[in-house]
Amino acid sequence: MSATEAVTPSTGAAGGRSRLARGALAAAAIFYVALLLLLPLIGIVTKAFQPGVSIIGDTLSRPDVQHAFLLTGIITVITVVVTTFFGLVVAWVLVRQRFFGRSLMNAVVDLPFALSPVTVGLAAILLFGTGGWFTDFVTARGIQVLFALPSMVLVTIFICIPFTIREVVPVLEEFGLDEEDASRTLGASIWQTFRRVTLPNIRWALLYGVALSTARSIGEIGAVLIVSGTISGKTETATIYIFSGLEERLEAQAHVVALVLATVSIVLLIGIEWLHRRNELARSNT
Amino acid sequence: MSVSIKVEGLTKRFGSFEAVRDVGFTAAAGSITALLGPSGSGKSTVLRMIAGLEPPTAGRIWLGDIELTAKSVQERAVGFVFQHYALFRHMTVFENVEFGLKVRKEAKESREARVKELLELVQMSNFAERYPDQLSGGQRQRVALSRALAPRPQVLLLDEPFGALDAKVRQDLRRWLDELHRELGVTSLLVTHDQEEALELANQVVVMHEGRVEQAGSPADVYNDPATAFVAGFVGAANVLHGHVVDGHVHLGTFQVPGAGHLEEGAAAAAYVRPHDVRVSNEDTGVRGTIERKATLGWLARLSIRLPGGETLVAHVPHDELGDAKEGDEVWVDLRSPKAFGIEPGTTAPGAPADTKPANGNTMPVSDEGPVVRSGS
Amino acid sequence: MSDAAQTLSGRSTARWAPHRTAAVLRHLGLRGAAIVYLGAMVAVPVAAIVTNGFGDGLTSFRTALAIPYAWTAIRLTLITSAAATVINAVMGTLIAWILVRYRFPGRRVLSSVVDLPMAIPTLVTGLMILTLYGPNAPIGKFLDRFGIQVAFTWVGILLALCVVTLPLVVRQVQPVLLELDPAEEEAAATLGAGAWLSFRKVVLPAVRPAIVGGALLTFARCIGEFGSVVLVSGNIAGKTLTAPVFIYQLANQFRSAEAAAIATLMFTISFVLVLVTARVTRRVEV
Repeated sequence: MSATEAVTPSTGAAGGRSRLARGALAAAAIFYVALLLLLPLIGIVTKAFQPGVSIIGDTLSRPDVQHAFLLTGIITVITVVVTTFFGLVVAWVLVRQRFFGRSLMNAVVDLPFALSPVTVGLAAILLFGTGGWFTDFVTARGIQVLFALPSMVLVTIFICIPFTIREVVPVLEEFGLDEEDASRTLGASIWQTFRRVTLPNIRWALLYGVALSTARSIGEIGAVLIVSGTISGKTETATIYIFSGLEERLEAQAHVVALVLATVSIVLLIGIEWLHRRNELARSNT
Repeated sequence: MSVSIKVEGLTKRFGSFEAVRDVGFTAAAGSITALLGPSGSGKSTVLRMIAGLEPPTAGRIWLGDIELTAKSVQERAVGFVFQHYALFRHMTVFENVEFGLKVRKEAKESREARVKELLELVQMSNFAERYPDQLSGGQRQRVALSRALAPRPQVLLLDEPFGALDAKVRQDLRRWLDELHRELGVTSLLVTHDQEEALELANQVVVMHEGRVEQAGSPADVYNDPATAFVAGFVGAANVLHGHVVDGHVHLGTFQVPGAGHLEEGAAAAAYVRPHDVRVSNEDTGVRGTIERKATLGWLARLSIRLPGGETLVAHVPHDELGDAKEGDEVWVDLRSPKAFGIEPGTTAPGAPADTKPANGNTMPVSDEGPVVRSGS
Repeated sequence: MSDAAQTLSGRSTARWAPHRTAAVLRHLGLRGAAIVYLGAMVAVPVAAIVTNGFGDGLTSFRTALAIPYAWTAIRLTLITSAAATVINAVMGTLIAWILVRYRFPGRRVLSSVVDLPMAIPTLVTGLMILTLYGPNAPIGKFLDRFGIQVAFTWVGILLALCVVTLPLVVRQVQPVLLELDPAEEEAAATLGAGAWLSFRKVVLPAVRPAIVGGALLTFARCIGEFGSVVLVSGNIAGKTLTAPVFIYQLANQFRSAEAAAIATLMFTISFVLVLVTARVTRRVEV
């Protein structure tokens, strides 16, 4: 059975009554989704343009807004690079190696999903705040972690750790082992095997994980809010800008930034959907 | 109380593709009818339409006197056995068989009694609490059968029930289905691509090809008196000889066979001869040939005989008739009961192997073996 | 390997041969990297939370609950999360069903829209809800006439949670539905079972583990949700203040120990739920 299309069982549902029932079910589902998502989406577009189209240009030319986007971008790039690289390592170790403590490692990978982002921010405070575990170590070296970029990056990484790993692991598990063995018997080194055999196999899963991590990093609020100190122009990400903007009655600007983020997310979503489909296709074709 | 099945003008179109064209036949009450044909012949689709799992594009269906065409699957109360069993994997054997009775809200005691009765009938009483994934293929199919029979259906529809099983298991179950049918007498419709199965089990064989019924008749009729070239080539092994019609005979170049009186003079034709109708002897009758290969098939010998024109015939000869004939010997070949059919000039007749050259007036390509039974539905 | 084999292969397979050592080192190196990565990035922060939270043993919980408004916040969080979980378990299954079994124009679009919450920042989601259901917004004003207030009430919280976790159950159930053998449902139909009975007896047992798994993910996500709730709820202490927002407020006031106590309590609830669900799911999967 293909992974994207199922065979619908024929249970003689040609009768009028069952067609009505099917219609009702479909209507209920679509109504629910529309109410929850579509309408609010339309709402935010209209709200952003309410003061007029010029508001967009005005907002986007403000230096604090531009800095906010830049900061979000930097954090996202660092997070995605780190979690993808190390995520690959962890995925590899989990699937291709047998060792004592493997299931523990597996469980640890899932931990970030079980924590609230505010808890993550709190952990950063407990580690780097006054009386924190690593506070002396860091201040002695003159590094500022809290209320600065480093802590914001660290918490975002924490939150994004599972994405790459969870997408790559099943693909690595399903296939590749024989191919990798074959490659090695043909004389390829570990690195060559990885580059030429493994990587193409996990390509779509990897990219899908990247897309998910990117979306998550851009959207992160709870943790970064706690560790950032909300210093405008210095430690405000795009989401923090929206948050503080709403509190400081800069509503129009906040809505514009929100609209920009929503747009970026939708573009990302299209990418995510496409990658998800490619991933499923690749997995079902082997 | 079993009833007849009647089907008339049944047609099914998927988009522009016609899977079933104008199919009609009647299965007598209490009989087993086999729908026999290669993959893609539409036989499964016909069965599913009778069950109500596919709505027909056109045509009508009766169960006894009652017209089924407009009824839903649930209302038809037919027993259906699937090729891959379709047992409910989350239920035990007992619960599976009980399902149809529970749906009809039968009382608990009568349900239990009926399930026990059926499990004993299929010899699965000891497996009542097992789950499907703990059973072998043959066991699962027996459970599927008892599940279908539990609600006392008037007809039983089987869609290649033994297709997914090993050869030995298939034979066992075939024999066992025969006995079951004798005991229960439920009108059964069996879809299969295995002609041996059809000929052995059925009272009536309906041969289908490309959505149409080629012939409907008793196994003897279908085997001995094939109505079309397809039936001749599909049912039973056959030698296929290409030629053209001269004076009521199929002219094969160096020799000719009778039986083409019904065909047009000069038309391209194919003659079908069963391997056991190829008479081999030392007497000077018929065509002269050389034994190219001799294989021993138990009590039969299979001879490949090369004819002077280059054709090869396959003959099945009982050992005691063969004497000490061996490879390289010259023998005389007499062809009995050939069936001649007109074919399109330039084509190969059905049942001939893929490398046979098509018919024209002069070349003399001849098949080596009877048709290969195609696997899959 | 025997000496003869060694000579035959032409290669030394002695234990400390250079390429073999390199392989082992690489093996350990990868595993070591994975351990360090996960240890530093996940285990350490979690440890910080837990040790601070469990600082005084179980009495920390009592201290946490004694904090004013803590208990109402926790209770509100648990109840709204449970409600959202139940709603989305049902609706999520329904949506997965029509996405897999029905053909209709716009099905792909619906599928993508359902995934929107995976891509959109939760803060933007909260804003979207406010712009539509807020007190001065179109639907908000409409509902107000019936005395239904969405924004700044528990209704808003429930709505936000439902939106944000919408895809979770759907994505768990969808693949299982795709894998179902249609013949089983056809068999049920030939035995006289109508659509609903067939669903209950044949489909539901198969998808139940997926629904439970999705529900668990949903609940864990709900009790930690910050971004959307903080905007929509109004954060009125004792009425619409949820645990994550409360933790944020405590952290901002540098009351880290108290924040940690509540955070640990929430984390423990997640954790216990995972264990319980795992056991229940295993039994169901018989």
